[in-house]
Amino acid sequence: MSGAEKIAVRVSDIIPLTDLVTRFEFKPINGELLPTFSGGAHTVVEMQDGDTIRRNPYSLMSDPFDQSTYTISVRRDDEGRGGSLFMHTQVSVGDEMTISNPVNLFSLDLRARKHLMIAGGIGITPFLAQIKQLDRAHANWELHYASRNAALGSYVSELTTQHPNDVNIYYDEEKQAIDLDNLLEGQPLGTHLYVCGPKGMINWVRGTADRLGWASEVVHYEEFLAPQPGERFQVELAISNKMIYVGENESLLEAIEAAGVDAPYLCRGGACGQCETNVVSFDGEFLHSDHWLDDDEKASGEKIMPCVSRFNGKTLVLER
Amino acid sequence: MNIKFNDETFRDDYTFHNSDWAIQRFPFPFHEDHYMYAVNMEQHRGGPEGSVYEKRFDVDEHYVAEMRDRAMVLADDPLRCQSLPHMELAGWDLLELIMVSKSEDYPDLFELHRNGDHWRWVNKPLGIDDSFTFMDETTLPYGPMEYITRQTQGDFALLDQREENLWMDAGIVTTQADWSLDFDIGMNFFEWHAPVPLAHEKGIFVRALKFLLNVQQGAPGRRLNWTMTVNPLLDTSPENYHKWGIQKSSLTPDNVGQKQYLRVELQTFFRLPRSNGLVFPIRCYLISLEDIVTIPKWGRRLHRVIRDLPVELATYKGFIDNRPMILDYLSKFDDGSETSPGVWPDPQLEKG
Amino acid sequence: MSKFQFPEAIRSRPVYATLVPRKSKHHLMVANAEGGEALLDLVKADAGLMADAHVIYIPGKTGEAYIEQLQKLQPAQVYVGPTYDAALPRLRLALKNAHMGLQLYLAGTEGLIGQVESEAMAAGIPVTAIQKEHRGSLARRMQCVHCKGITEDVLTDPFVCSHCGLNLFVRDHYSRRLAAFQGVCIDAEDPGNVPPAKELYT
Repeated sequence: MSGAEKIAVRVSDIIPLTDLVTRFEFKPINGELLPTFSGGAHTVVEMQDGDTIRRNPYSLMSDPFDQSTYTISVRRDDEGRGGSLFMHTQVSVGDEMTISNPVNLFSLDLRARKHLMIAGGIGITPFLAQIKQLDRAHANWELHYASRNAALGSYVSELTTQHPNDVNIYYDEEKQAIDLDNLLEGQPLGTHLYVCGPKGMINWVRGTADRLGWASEVVHYEEFLAPQPGERFQVELAISNKMIYVGENESLLEAIEAAGVDAPYLCRGGACGQCETNVVSFDGEFLHSDHWLDDDEKASGEKIMPCVSRFNGKTLVLER
Repeated sequence: MNIKFNDETFRDDYTFHNSDWAIQRFPFPFHEDHYMYAVNMEQHRGGPEGSVYEKRFDVDEHYVAEMRDRAMVLADDPLRCQSLPHMELAGWDLLELIMVSKSEDYPDLFELHRNGDHWRWVNKPLGIDDSFTFMDETTLPYGPMEYITRQTQGDFALLDQREENLWMDAGIVTTQADWSLDFDIGMNFFEWHAPVPLAHEKGIFVRALKFLLNVQQGAPGRRLNWTMTVNPLLDTSPENYHKWGIQKSSLTPDNVGQKQYLRVELQTFFRLPRSNGLVFPIRCYLISLEDIVTIPKWGRRLHRVIRDLPVELATYKGFIDNRPMILDYLSKFDDGSETSPGVWPDPQLEKG
Repeated sequence: MSKFQFPEAIRSRPVYATLVPRKSKHHLMVANAEGGEALLDLVKADAGLMADAHVIYIPGKTGEAYIEQLQKLQPAQVYVGPTYDAALPRLRLALKNAHMGLQLYLAGTEGLIGQVESEAMAAGIPVTAIQKEHRGSLARRMQCVHCKGITEDVLTDPFVCSHCGLNLFVRDHYSRRLAAFQGVCIDAEDPGNVPPAKELYT
């Protein structure tokens, strides 16, 4: 069996929030309670898109202790492979869908004396669940949330209304920027730093923290990589003795699954390491996109993360 | 199912005993005639009816007596139960997991009534009927982990997951194979296993950790571990080793069958949802050699396993000095005939 | 010779390295005895370090040997004290007032390094922000697993617990929280059969 345990749900509400972001709410079909989860967890949503089953991870943003409803936010990506477009255009209230049990790769460090959170754009969603969890524990937290402009700032008003003293908002188009050096220098011992947002923001926060002497184990980040479209390529699966083709808008993992071959996965975003696959032989060039393999492993040509990475060349044979 | 709870002791006069039912369902740990470390993990989703694997938290005839023994150990040494401050949420996770599991798996023994955060817990074997507010520690006589594990057989390690590692940051440990929670609390997976010989070199812990880090909600796992203990002493703690160690010297060829016990740990692991921690229950089952050999296949196999065990392991497991005497006893029950694969007794395969 | 190469040991046993300057605006250095020499070596690699450094030094048996040289480096703050206990309130206050990014440099005996590390972790310093360099005495700080008493400066194996009097053997198993190695009764199975004490690492 691959992936986490599955849950059958019904779409109970769809709420457009901004031009790009729509919120989806799920309730369990069997009438039982949904599992509780920990702030920062995601669920993998399965979408039956024609002949293709897409599985995209989305951070759970509802109260982790609320067992009646799960909530996610989906940002429409017009350039992507279609998962977010499917959610925005094909899903209606009342639809039955399958999601995975929650999995957390962006967990709070509960030892922290203070949780300092930095969000960019849709990266706000895991923090919404974490904040609800921390509030219940009367924990010390502070959020700095950057968005392009007010119109795209999903959840700004909800956050600033409920937590006027702990939430700081920055609009890029109004030239508002987080004064990161000052912010980090003033933090008491025991502070943990969390960042979720675009790659540039994550690199900036991690780089600044490192320059100021922050140890890496207190700097937490989550960056889901959506699998990128690319050129069609051919792969031989050695164990199952199959030749498959990975389409332009399909990930290698999806193509393996479509061929009826069971492959392990959890995050489908290049982060968790579950789908790591050995390369038997290849003639061509890997397009590694994950942040699981280190540079040496990527250069070795011995491993690939099929959830996000692709291949360009003549032949690729995988141990699968 | 109707369990008749034994009135028995695990110290002093050692009146502990296994019924025929308990012998037949004993978790014999050897699936072949020799033993070496392996990452022997499998899913923990039930097992054959009546086996110790069937329920999420097995309750057997020793339940009431074991809980009485645990209370005595804790009264003598409260440091056997500790929780670092950030582990309280994991404690509630554990309380919920056990109460829900036991009330569903043993409805005749345990009841859980939930109305929002107002919970009522009924434990009939121990005569407990408590109402409390979930997530409000002030409404329970102990912290959540201690409260529920005073009512559940087995030791419990509560593990925090961070930095691609597991950290033993809370636990209750009164039936342990010679390790100290008070000393080990706060250690990571490699540190608390540091004293185990051979397994590090074999990469066992690296692979085991990788497996454990990915244990998912709703998908628990299990494995067995084992050692040998003289007398049915549950609390073989390092703290009291200077008191119980001498018992190892009391074995004689005449009493080894009664006094030497195989000690098997059923280790399970569950992802805890609210804290993203992991709980690692370590349930101890004891059986005397003379009870083991009533199952011919087990008697033959145990003889071969003990005989061929590397010296490092026999030393680490603490029976190197007594091994010759144990082998003398067991050899009488090994006729050299074949054993069937797997752990089950297989009486139908025995001759005559 | 104040440096010693410890033999390979189990995974819970602390390992020591050479102190190196790290990027930060705040540096806290705690050393005892020959550990002072390690701080002098550290500053050779980056003379600028001392302008942002708070030095806590407990000279012990090395007396005046390193004090003057340390003071000459003009740390932003410096304290030379008679014992670890005497330095503890100052160390705790420094940790309480510190901010994330603080780098901690520890040098000297295992007992001193372990105790400061334990304090620092309790104060919220991440483990990797702590550097440790062993210098000087090879003595270990031992906890008796039976009576829980700490015996300082243990140089032989086995040794006698200074509290309960049991004969204990010296394990490599180490608790960062307790800042101590574990001592376990050596003659529990055969009372009185205690091998002669041997100097550690011989």
